[in-house]
Amino acid sequence: MKRRSVMKYAAVAAALSMGLTACGGSGSSDAKESGIVRVTLANHVWTEGIKAAIPEFEKSSGLKVELTQLGEDQLSDQYNVKLNAGSDEIDVMMYRPLQEGKAFAKNGYLADLTSKVSSDSGWDWKDYQEGPVKATTADGKVVGVPIITEREVLYYRKDLLKAAGLEVPKTMEELEAAAKAIKEANPDTAGFVARTGKSAAVTQFSSFLYSFGGDFTDSSGKSTVNSAAAKEAYAYYGGLIRNYGPANVSTDMSWPEAMAIFTQGKAAFYTEADSLYKNATDPAKSKVSDTVGFAALPAGPAGSKPYNIPSWGLAVNEASGNQDNAWKFIQWATSKERTLAAQKAGVPGPRASVWADSAGTSTYPKDLAEAIAVSAKNGVGHDRPEVVTVGKAREIVGEPIVASITGADASAAADSAHEAFQKFLDSEKK
Amino acid sequence: MTSPRSAARKSGRAPSGRDKFSDWANRHRKWLFAAPAMAFVGVLIIFPLAWTLYLSLTDSQGSVRAATEFIGLENYMTVLSDVERFWPAVGRTLTFTGVALVCEVALGMGIALLLWRPFRGEKWVRVAILLPLVATPVAVGMMWRLIFDPNIGFANQLLAAVGIPAQPWLSGQDTALGTTIFMDVWQWTPMVVLILLAGLTSLSEEPDEAARMDGANAFQRFFFITLPLMMPTVIVAILLRGIDALKTFDILYATKGKGGGSFHEVETLNVYAYGLSFDYNQYGLSSAVLILFFMIIIGSMWLLTMRKKAVSK
Repeated sequence: MKRRSVMKYAAVAAALSMGLTACGGSGSSDAKESGIVRVTLANHVWTEGIKAAIPEFEKSSGLKVELTQLGEDQLSDQYNVKLNAGSDEIDVMMYRPLQEGKAFAKNGYLADLTSKVSSDSGWDWKDYQEGPVKATTADGKVVGVPIITEREVLYYRKDLLKAAGLEVPKTMEELEAAAKAIKEANPDTAGFVARTGKSAAVTQFSSFLYSFGGDFTDSSGKSTVNSAAAKEAYAYYGGLIRNYGPANVSTDMSWPEAMAIFTQGKAAFYTEADSLYKNATDPAKSKVSDTVGFAALPAGPAGSKPYNIPSWGLAVNEASGNQDNAWKFIQWATSKERTLAAQKAGVPGPRASVWADSAGTSTYPKDLAEAIAVSAKNGVGHDRPEVVTVGKAREIVGEPIVASITGADASAAADSAHEAFQKFLDSEKK
Repeated sequence: MTSPRSAARKSGRAPSGRDKFSDWANRHRKWLFAAPAMAFVGVLIIFPLAWTLYLSLTDSQGSVRAATEFIGLENYMTVLSDVERFWPAVGRTLTFTGVALVCEVALGMGIALLLWRPFRGEKWVRVAILLPLVATPVAVGMMWRLIFDPNIGFANQLLAAVGIPAQPWLSGQDTALGTTIFMDVWQWTPMVVLILLAGLTSLSEEPDEAARMDGANAFQRFFFITLPLMMPTVIVAILLRGIDALKTFDILYATKGKGGGSFHEVETLNVYAYGLSFDYNQYGLSSAVLILFFMIIIGSMWLLTMRKKAVSK
C-alpha cells in the first residue's frame, strides 16, 4: 500500500507537470499520531500572527509544528498534487472554502469535524457567524473552521474628494460622477481603479452584480449572467475602469496590482476586500496612508449589497494519520483569544463575540469599522459562482468583465457567457 | 571473449556459485552496466508517460483517484475540434518558438562572431553576456513585468523621456506575445552564443585564410566558408534551444498568470495543459493535450536530427 501510494504520488506529480519543472515532494515519513503536526498555510497577515505565536502552542501542547507557507496559486497546486495522491504529509490545511471547498469535499479530502467542533463549549462553535459556517459545511458535515472573513468596501482618497468639493459617494451614480470629476480635474490620477483580470475580478465584481439586482445563478441553479441587471452591472463596472481608470489599463490586474496603483497615489476610488486594508493604511507600504478613507459599497438599484464571505478556513486532511493533534492545533489557532489578536492585527474574523467586543475593532480606522458593520448586515454570502470547478466558472463569468473594460460589446459577451455558463452548470450536474 | 573463469571451467574444475554469477554477469555486461540508467528512465520517464497516455483515454476529472471510465479517443476528438483554445495555443506555441529561435540564432551568431577574435576586455564582455543565463526564469519574468508595467514601469518612462507614447507591452492583446518573445530572446541568446562560440573556435583557420588570399571579402568568407562549416553546430543550437522554447512555461506564467492572460494572449500548449489540470481539474483532457504536445516535440526533433545528418555528410 505504502509503496503504491508513493508510486501514485510520483506518477501524478510527473504526469501533471510533464514539461514543467516539478518539485517532487520528499518521501512520506509515517506520521501515525506523531508529536509533529504538519501545517500548510497561505501567505497572509493572519499567518504572520500565527507564526509568531506557534512557540506558545508548542509549549502548552508538547507538540511540534512543521510549517509550510506558500502563495495562493502555489498552495492550490500543492494541494492538487498531494491530496490527489492521497498523501498523508499534510495534517492541517488553510484553504478557501468558496474556491476549493466544494471540490475538496466532493473528492473526500476533508475530514469530518462535526463531533470535534461541538465537543468544547469553551471554544464555542456557536460563536461563529452563520454565513461562514455555511461555507465550511458540506452535506451537513462540518469540514472546516473559518478564520478570515471579508467584505467589499470602497477605499477612497479624502484629500482628492475635499479638493473637488465632493461628498463620499452613497450611490453608484454618485461614484461615477465623482470618479469623472476627479479624473477631469487631475489628468494623471485615475478616478477609479479595481481588479481587471478575467478571473481575479469576478469576486470584486460580484458586489456590483448584487447591488444592481443580479446574481450568477437563480435559486434553481440556472445561469443568470445575461439578465438585464447583470448586463447593467457588467457595463457599469467595465465602464468605470475604461472611462475613469488608469491610462493603458492592463486586463491582468489582481489585488496586488490594483492596490499598488491606489497606494502609489494614482487613483481616487478603489473597491476591494476590507481584509486588505492594512496595505493602504501602513505608511511603509502606502504613499496615501494618511488620506485614505473607507465607506460601505455605494448602493445600486437594488441597494448596497457587498459580498460578506469567509475567505479562508482551516481543515484537516482526511488522509492524515494525525487528525486529533491536527484538531488541537486548529482549536488553538481559532480560539477566542487568537481570533481577537488576529483581528487587532487587521484581520477581520468570523466570531460574533469578537465583533461585539469593542477591543475587536479598536485598531480599525473608525470609518472602516462602520463600513464593515453595515456590510455584514446587508452582505451576500458568496462572491463567486457556487460550483465545484470554481476556476473554470470564474473564467466564464469573467469574460464580459474584460470585454466591457476593453470597450467590446459587453451585452453580446454576457449572452455568450450565459450560454457557456449554462453548459458548464449542466455538465456539473451530471 | 574468454574470461579467466571460463578458462578455468575448460580445465575441468567444477564452477562455484560465484563463478556462475560472474560468468552470467560477464555475458550480460552491457545490460548490467546500463541497468541503473534504464531503471531511472523507466521510473521517471516511461512510467509517467504511460500513465499520461492512459489518463488521456479516460474521463478522469476532479480527482485522480475518482472512478474513471475508459472513453477511447473521445478526449482527442474534443481537443482536436477545439478551435477556441487548442488550435490558437498550437499556433502561439509555434509562433513563440519560431520567432524566438530565429532571433536567438541570428543574434547569437552575430555576438559569437564578435567574440571570436581575441580583444581587450573580452573576459568582462563574456561575463556580462552570460548574466541573463544564470537568472531564474520566474525572477526574470517578475523583473520584466515590473519594467513593462503600463503605468509605473521603467520602459514607458524611458519612452516618455524621448517623446514616444506609452506602450501596453504585456497588457496589450496584440503586444503580449511579442513582449514575452523579447524576454525569451533576452534570456536565452547567451546560451546560443556559447554553443556557436564553441563551434567557431574549433574551426580550422586554413579555409578562411585561403579565401582571404583569393580576395574574398568578409561577407563572402562568412556566407561561403564559415557558415557552411558551422552548420552542424547551428543545428545543435537550434535543436537544444528549440525543444526548450517549445516547452517554455515559467516566463509566461510569471508574467501573465493562469490561462495566459484574460484573453489567453500568451496561452501556449504548455500553459493550456497546465490550466486544464490545475485550474479545471480535467485530467483526461489535459493528458490528451500533453500527449499531442509530446508528439509535436518528438516530430520537430526528428525533423531537425534528419537535417543534421544531411548537413554532416
